[in-house]
Amino acid sequence: MTPLLSVQGITKRYGHHIGCADVSFDLYPGEVMGIVGESGSGKSTLLNCLAGHMTPDAGQVVFDTRADGPRDTVTMSEPARRMLGRTDWAFVHQNARDGLRMGVSAGGNVGERLMAVGARNYGDIRAQATDWLGRVEIDATRVDDRPTTFSGGMQQRLQIARNLVTGPRLVFMDEPTGGLDVSVQARLLDLLRGLVRDMGLSAIIVTHDLAVVRLLADRLMVMKSGHVVEAGLTDQVLDDPQHAYSQLLVSSVLQV
Amino acid sequence: MIDLNNVSKTFTLHNQGSAVIEVLNDVSLSVAAGECVALTGASGAGKSTLMRMIYGNYMAQAGEIRIGDVDLVQAEPREIIAVRREVLGYVSQFLRVVPRVQTLDVVAEPMRAVGVSADAAQARAQALLSQLNIPERLWTLSPTTFSGGEQQRVNIARGFAHAYPAMLLDEPTASLDATNREVVLTLIEEAKARGAAIIGIFHDEAARARVCDREIDVSRFTPGMAA
Amino acid sequence: MTMQNDAYNFAYLDEQTKRMIRRAILKGLAIPGYQVPFASREMPMPYGWGTGGVQVSAAVLTPEDTFKVIDQGADDTTNAVSIRTFFERTAGVATTTTTRNATVIQTRHRIPEEPLTEGQILVYQVPIPEPLRFLEPRESETRKMHSLEEYGLMHVKLYEDIARHGHIATSYAYPVKVEGRYVMDPSPIPKFDNPKLGNMAAIQLFGAGREQRIYALPPYTQVVSLDFEDHPFVASKADHPCGMCGAEDSYLDEVIIDDAGGRMFVCSDTDYCEGRQTAGHKGKDAA
Repeated sequence: MTPLLSVQGITKRYGHHIGCADVSFDLYPGEVMGIVGESGSGKSTLLNCLAGHMTPDAGQVVFDTRADGPRDTVTMSEPARRMLGRTDWAFVHQNARDGLRMGVSAGGNVGERLMAVGARNYGDIRAQATDWLGRVEIDATRVDDRPTTFSGGMQQRLQIARNLVTGPRLVFMDEPTGGLDVSVQARLLDLLRGLVRDMGLSAIIVTHDLAVVRLLADRLMVMKSGHVVEAGLTDQVLDDPQHAYSQLLVSSVLQV
Repeated sequence: MIDLNNVSKTFTLHNQGSAVIEVLNDVSLSVAAGECVALTGASGAGKSTLMRMIYGNYMAQAGEIRIGDVDLVQAEPREIIAVRREVLGYVSQFLRVVPRVQTLDVVAEPMRAVGVSADAAQARAQALLSQLNIPERLWTLSPTTFSGGEQQRVNIARGFAHAYPAMLLDEPTASLDATNREVVLTLIEEAKARGAAIIGIFHDEAARARVCDREIDVSRFTPGMAA
Repeated sequence: MTMQNDAYNFAYLDEQTKRMIRRAILKGLAIPGYQVPFASREMPMPYGWGTGGVQVSAAVLTPEDTFKVIDQGADDTTNAVSIRTFFERTAGVATTTTTRNATVIQTRHRIPEEPLTEGQILVYQVPIPEPLRFLEPRESETRKMHSLEEYGLMHVKLYEDIARHGHIATSYAYPVKVEGRYVMDPSPIPKFDNPKLGNMAAIQLFGAGREQRIYALPPYTQVVSLDFEDHPFVASKADHPCGMCGAEDSYLDEVIIDDAGGRMFVCSDTDYCEGRQTAGHKGKDAA
């Protein structure tokens, strides 16, 4: 089986400071991988390098494209990479405001990716947008409302709908539940879990919340100071961590 | 079906003076299809640790743990996940589910994961829940609010939903009344009859005597505990 | 009195500026619909009064040209009169109000009703040249979107229109796609004029002074107004004949004539309307 994403030796420096160093892994279709670590551990830098938002200093990010098979997205042309970003890839930002157009209705937000790939039938676009609002549990009557009138949880669900409407195969998520109330988090996680399973999505989730990865991720990578210190099956890393830092991280979680 | 060869387990506590605790040493055992084996030994002997290792939840420092033809010690995460999805079932003592998901779906999920149709999975889930005497009015509720005994039965229903070729049972009859205990023992006998290889921990001696073909005393693998 | 002097350049601009603007115009003609940046100069009038159009006109005018200026179709508004006078004084060119006699026509917000011909140049005053600005305020990003032909956002604007109003309510500055490549803002002309943009015999030049952009449509360029399959583009106008000349095919202004709600509709193109009246056409409100 060909990996959907094959990452080799990704390194990013900020001057003398290391963003992330020599990160390699393969992600297979349908796999969900979590990346955990404290603030400044390099997990967001890594995610941005993988998603093409940042150019790594070294390494390859080989994605199995629909048309041409495995291609290195770091060296691929910008138009081709941006096209991936609108079709096969999705990026869910921690802050929904970064991933939504706040001046555009919910329907327009969801429809944008469809129109970006050539949809030109208003009725069809609207029907698909409405369908997706339903799938993320937003009432269809809100289709013409702007996200400024939505709660934080609804904005985040709208961002997810906007990202998934074109049926991507790989979703990057940066702290998708950060900044939300605990009860809202649970609902969002349940929703994401269902979507990941039903659509057969592969996903890379950056978070500092171990409960999130236990629920969503098949695999886990623990980062510290830009390096991957431990990687493996999620429940194994959480229940039987091998590295000193992973042990500290797991034992630092408050029990409720 | 389940084969362990020279398996060892230590815990290294890096943040507590790098203390190294040897838990299990040189475990070898084998369970054939249709066989049920009980793990015995005093509390702290490492029964639960061994179970968790056989499930791939704890890492082995040495040896091999074969489930069918996959060695969990060497396998990639996705291979372990595939084994858990298709081959190896685990009934733990505690139910761990996503809040909000209704009981029927909790039980049906392992079948949906291996491609059983929604209707067939629902039907089987309903049958199991009835058999385990979970009142029908609870089926559409999330089991997170259920009593301990009810949660345990939902857990068992979920564990027996898919006909796994290998199963791990951690105290499956604990906290059950006589009627439900009987149902669970029947389920175990049925699983054996269709050829499942089963490893279990039973404090319930009568139950152990009824369903288990042999016992393995884990103490003999425990450094410092072997007589 | 003219301010011509052989020691000075023709038509107000200094030589270097004129060359720079002409280069931008040529580049614009070579890449129809592409916004060419240029070093817009201070003009002796405020931004918003047509400084971009004036610089383009000054760069293309020759002593033999006949110049016409319209503002919302009219030759006699303050803006039109002042720009016409400006070039009479600084270039000494002949001026006219008759569309067919003009060789260079500077316009704000209209395309003349009478079809333009080869050899004529139409210069548009443009306030905001960037059609994507409405939804994407970052200039760096809109440039990238143009270069990579990522125009989904343009349809988001139209989608919002339909969602809010039931139809595409954008009635002026209606976005177009040029030769299947660049999406362009046609300046705030009514969408009634959009069909005239395409396949026009005259050269069309667009100047945005404050935004420092020039773009162009060479003669006979394909220009398509954006729309949806199920909400096609419609070039609409007020559903009346002109009160003065009776024309049924021209774009109309609504004029309030008393404080009792009385109103009349008249051609916005004054030259067109007068020409028809001279030829004997009469509308219902004509004296």
